[in-house]
Amino acid sequence: MDFSYTDEERMMLQMTRDFAEKTVKPLAAEVDKNHMYPRQTVAKMAELGLMGVTVPPEYEGAGMSNVCYSIAIEELSRHCAATGVIVSVNNSLACEPVKLFGNEEQKKKYLADMASGRKLGCLGLTEPNAGSDAANLATTAVLDGNEWVINGRKIFITNGNEADYCILIAQTDKSKGHRGICAFIVDLDNPGFQVGTLEDKLGIRGTSTAELVFEDCRIPRENLLGELGKGFRIALTTLDGGRIGIASQALGIARAAIEDATAYAKERVQFGKPIANLQAIQWMLADLTTEYEAARLLTHRAAYLKDQGQPYAKEAAMAKLMASEVAMKATTKGIQILGGYGYTTDYPMERYFRDAKITEIYEGTSEIMRLVIASNILK
Amino acid sequence: MKIVTCIKQTFDTEAKITIENGKVSDQGVNLIVNPYDEFAVEESIRLKEKNGGEVVVVSVGNDKTQEALRYCLAMGADRAVLIQDPALENGDNHSAAVALAKLLADMEYDLIFCGKEAVDDGAAQVPSRLAEKLDLPQANVITSFELGDGQATVTREIDGGTETLEVQLPAVFSAQKGLNEVRYPSLPGIMKAKRKELKVVSLADLGLSAEDVAPKAELVQAELPPPRKAGRVLKGEVEEVVAELVKLLQEEAKVI
Repeated sequence: MDFSYTDEERMMLQMTRDFAEKTVKPLAAEVDKNHMYPRQTVAKMAELGLMGVTVPPEYEGAGMSNVCYSIAIEELSRHCAATGVIVSVNNSLACEPVKLFGNEEQKKKYLADMASGRKLGCLGLTEPNAGSDAANLATTAVLDGNEWVINGRKIFITNGNEADYCILIAQTDKSKGHRGICAFIVDLDNPGFQVGTLEDKLGIRGTSTAELVFEDCRIPRENLLGELGKGFRIALTTLDGGRIGIASQALGIARAAIEDATAYAKERVQFGKPIANLQAIQWMLADLTTEYEAARLLTHRAAYLKDQGQPYAKEAAMAKLMASEVAMKATTKGIQILGGYGYTTDYPMERYFRDAKITEIYEGTSEIMRLVIASNILK
Repeated sequence: MKIVTCIKQTFDTEAKITIENGKVSDQGVNLIVNPYDEFAVEESIRLKEKNGGEVVVVSVGNDKTQEALRYCLAMGADRAVLIQDPALENGDNHSAAVALAKLLADMEYDLIFCGKEAVDDGAAQVPSRLAEKLDLPQANVITSFELGDGQATVTREIDGGTETLEVQLPAVFSAQKGLNEVRYPSLPGIMKAKRKELKVVSLADLGLSAEDVAPKAELVQAELPPPRKAGRVLKGEVEEVVAELVKLLQEEAKVI
């Protein structure tokens, strides 16, 4: 068992840490406060190859491992969880399904566009009545000649306001249940599409969380992604991989809280000495650091298994479950350690706290994670 | 255009320095490419991108130094040479310059770039020593570089201003902050770096003996700077305090 970084992992860590520190961190507060999508940062990340980390070079990706991908998302999220998830969604939820299920033409066009960062992607799965019960879709796609005609609404779509392409999951035959579900690649530059309501949110406020409205949206027949009736499978497989990204995002948030709280505890003097000398504080930091490290190992192992082509759904769920709960706990304790200051917007701790919560919800809630884990160990 | 760029692997500038057995300990310290050398690498790569050619990064170091060279390869350098030898482990600036000069003597180059100094020992010795040994002109602490026909025009920092020089090539240049903005290695760059050549050579390979690189300086002892003394607060009437402060600044701190 080898816990050391490879050359490429080490360089990825060094580069993304440096980039996040110098480019992402200075904008993070403004991105959060003003709901500002970090467009320039995204352009810079595209130049560096971060929008298609695991996509093969022939489709303009970097061809790197999932472990490298996890490292990158953690480092970006260390300073700005919104920036982290913009990258994660493009990589895991938009590029990945095309990489896994797309045909050559689709990969050459759509995958290359998204991996290079020329275009931004999103995944259109969630609907008002299809959240954790993802198969209960109302959005329909009906074949009409050489076109699919799409009607329906998707909600809570990360990157939805900026995305150029959507991997859309829709019902083609309600009578077949989840076997009637298909995946499509939709170019959102389409008269049948518009962005609906944009959510105002507790955290990750630099990302858009959009309603996508499809009204007689006609797309070419060849934009069916994968086989007919395999859309539900595609969606679930996509989310399995996405959980490595969200676990990594949660790790970044947790580390931000732990590092900031540690620095603060060393400087904050009460009763004549730094509060880091108090066992009450030490135990919090010790527990958080231990749990963070454990979550990180779970996440890297899930990424490693995916790199090896082995089953990783259970491990990715475990990683996301633990990392998101650690992020929530670390940011809660982080505010506690900073006391009143932690509750103010003078310190980023309250932002970490708000950002952490979503990691327990999206790409599968903690409850769904436990369900996935249980179904894997009981099968 | 062939460019050789000399780099050193140094401690991260934020590393906590500890002393063990009279020497600075490298235990648990994050190592980086010396920041001034990064400017040199960046300038070399830009020149290559504009004019074609090759950038070879070279260093004196140990196994870990390969990481620093790989980083430069990921930035865009073409190949790397590491001079590694037990006899160089306790070497000084003279040792490094002797080894580098011998390596470069057998290489083709139009330009040699270095950082103006390493952030660890701050000696700023190697670029000048190297230029002397290779009998090349040198321009140090440069903040701009413009390539001409067989020569280069550079600006360098001097006391109280700047100086513009025309330098015949080949020559040695040492980079100062401000020369350029250093790029991040891109992900494809990191992947390509794995397949680029990184050659390790020993002193014997260079035809040098341990004696040739024996350090000229001996490290007698390393000490941490004394901890900063607590400040002093002067109390009393304003006039008295001001007079006292002026006196202290003159006599004790000797700053006015």
